[in-house]
Amino acid sequence: MAALSHVLEHRAVQYRRTFRSSVFSSFLSPVLFLTAMGLGLGGYVDRSGGAALGGLTYLQFLAPGLLAATVMQAAAFEATFPIIGGLNWQRTFHAMYATPLSPRDIALGNLLWMAIRLGMIATVFTVVIVAFGAAHSPLVVLGIPVAVLTGMAFGAPIAAYSATQRTPNKFNVIFRFGITPLFLFSGTFFPIESLPGFLQPVAWLSPLWHGVDLTRGLVLGTLGQNPVAMLAHVIVLTTIVAVSTWAAVRTIERRLVRG
Amino acid sequence: MSENPSTSLIHARGLTKRFGDFTAVDAIDFDVAPAEAFGFLGPNGAGKTSTMRMIGSVSPISDGTLTVLGLDPRTNGPQIRARLGVVPQQDTLDTELTVRENLVLYGRYFGLSREECGRRADELLDFAQLTERQNDEVEPLSGGMKRRLTIARALINEPELLLLDEPTTGLDPQARHLLWDRLYRLKQRGVTLVLTTHYMDEAEQLCDRLVVMDKAKIVAEGSPRQLIERYSTKEVTELRFPPDVQDSLDGKLDGLAERIERLADRVLLYADDGEAVAVAAHERGLKPETVLVRRSTLEDVFLRLTGRSLIE
Repeated sequence: MAALSHVLEHRAVQYRRTFRSSVFSSFLSPVLFLTAMGLGLGGYVDRSGGAALGGLTYLQFLAPGLLAATVMQAAAFEATFPIIGGLNWQRTFHAMYATPLSPRDIALGNLLWMAIRLGMIATVFTVVIVAFGAAHSPLVVLGIPVAVLTGMAFGAPIAAYSATQRTPNKFNVIFRFGITPLFLFSGTFFPIESLPGFLQPVAWLSPLWHGVDLTRGLVLGTLGQNPVAMLAHVIVLTTIVAVSTWAAVRTIERRLVRG
Repeated sequence: MSENPSTSLIHARGLTKRFGDFTAVDAIDFDVAPAEAFGFLGPNGAGKTSTMRMIGSVSPISDGTLTVLGLDPRTNGPQIRARLGVVPQQDTLDTELTVRENLVLYGRYFGLSREECGRRADELLDFAQLTERQNDEVEPLSGGMKRRLTIARALINEPELLLLDEPTTGLDPQARHLLWDRLYRLKQRGVTLVLTTHYMDEAEQLCDRLVVMDKAKIVAEGSPRQLIERYSTKEVTELRFPPDVQDSLDGKLDGLAERIERLADRVLLYADDGEAVAVAAHERGLKPETVLVRRSTLEDVFLRLTGRSLIE
């Protein structure tokens, strides 16, 4: 545990340099999105009646989904460049490996830092949701850990993959064909029931959809309407995080041992 | 040479490293005694870095035995690494931190308190002549400064053994001399140094004892002086001819020296009295463009042992 705390200390000192601008942009992004889409676009959507959204305003529908989706995007970024940089560019992971730290400490410490960063982003986002009046339940607070869990369901497997790469060339593929489509089609901006029937099962495969549905249940306090589905979401996300964390430990270790 | 594993800081027998079908280190034997400066001299690809990584307990051995500080790297990696300082071939400094932060945060990985890290960082900044740059970022530092910072960082845990992989490769002569001076001081303090290099002058400057590596094997072992005495003559006469003359020298040099090496651009004549060789060559009517009489170096040893130059 001491080893992990030293990795966290290291990453925190690094982060201190960009803290202000990072927090500022963490605020700016949800404010812009919720204003433009939640209030602006939402104004039009709401005029056609809220039946399709189960009586919610579009802002209320959008905000929790966007929370999960934003944290997913941040996770994808944190799991690509910092990992490949630590292993190939600055090679700071190799420097850590020359100390008593094990590859496992290095992998877990960095994943833990990723989770902390996602927690910060989710917290700021949640504050903005409350400020916009889009939260309907005190359970909104639980949206933060759920968003982090959703983010890690992307961050851990992408980190496992990044550790196998020596250049960032393939990261574009992840963002363009993975993150962006999921961002758009996982029930963030419209219910997946609006997708063509054959695409709906595909959406169920998206970890983001599980995260969006769960976050929405917490922010809006509708969790109790379908507790089994909510529990299933938690199990799916936790399983993905557990398996891919193990995978990330393995790939980072292999890369460090190879030199 | 200490043959007893209990007194050697590093003890290797039949040490082997394979990557798939490729054998990077092929059954080498060596011992490093406390307070010694020990070198691996050899060209790129000889297996020096693979050997260093096994000693550094970050790369598992494929075969043979290896003990470092009396411990087995396979089972005691973290305990060994806690007592080593490592200066890798490529800098691994954190460019998102300041010079000082690089030292302090690294010390934390060895379980040192913040106060202790700060105290040692002050000392090491002074030692590395970086005190004035302590709050600067790493990136704008010169190559020599980065190397000195890497060495300072490797000393934060007061290691018993300092591993340096190609410590001055890529540095300009002035920066190299400054670095050698710092390493010499460490040696004076009793720190055991193990270094790899493909610079024979570096090996001569720093190493009490060295092994010459070529193609994954150790081909010779001894002090720089012993190696030169054993494998070369006292002096070398270097003759440089115009390219067309160089090609037509067959037979004309025979008997001038104990041993003759014809390189692409010059001829090396090995004899204990280099001046006499130069005179004799002149008397045969040979008209080299330049004549240089010098003492034998480890470069000559390497040429003798492998038929090739260290830097190709």
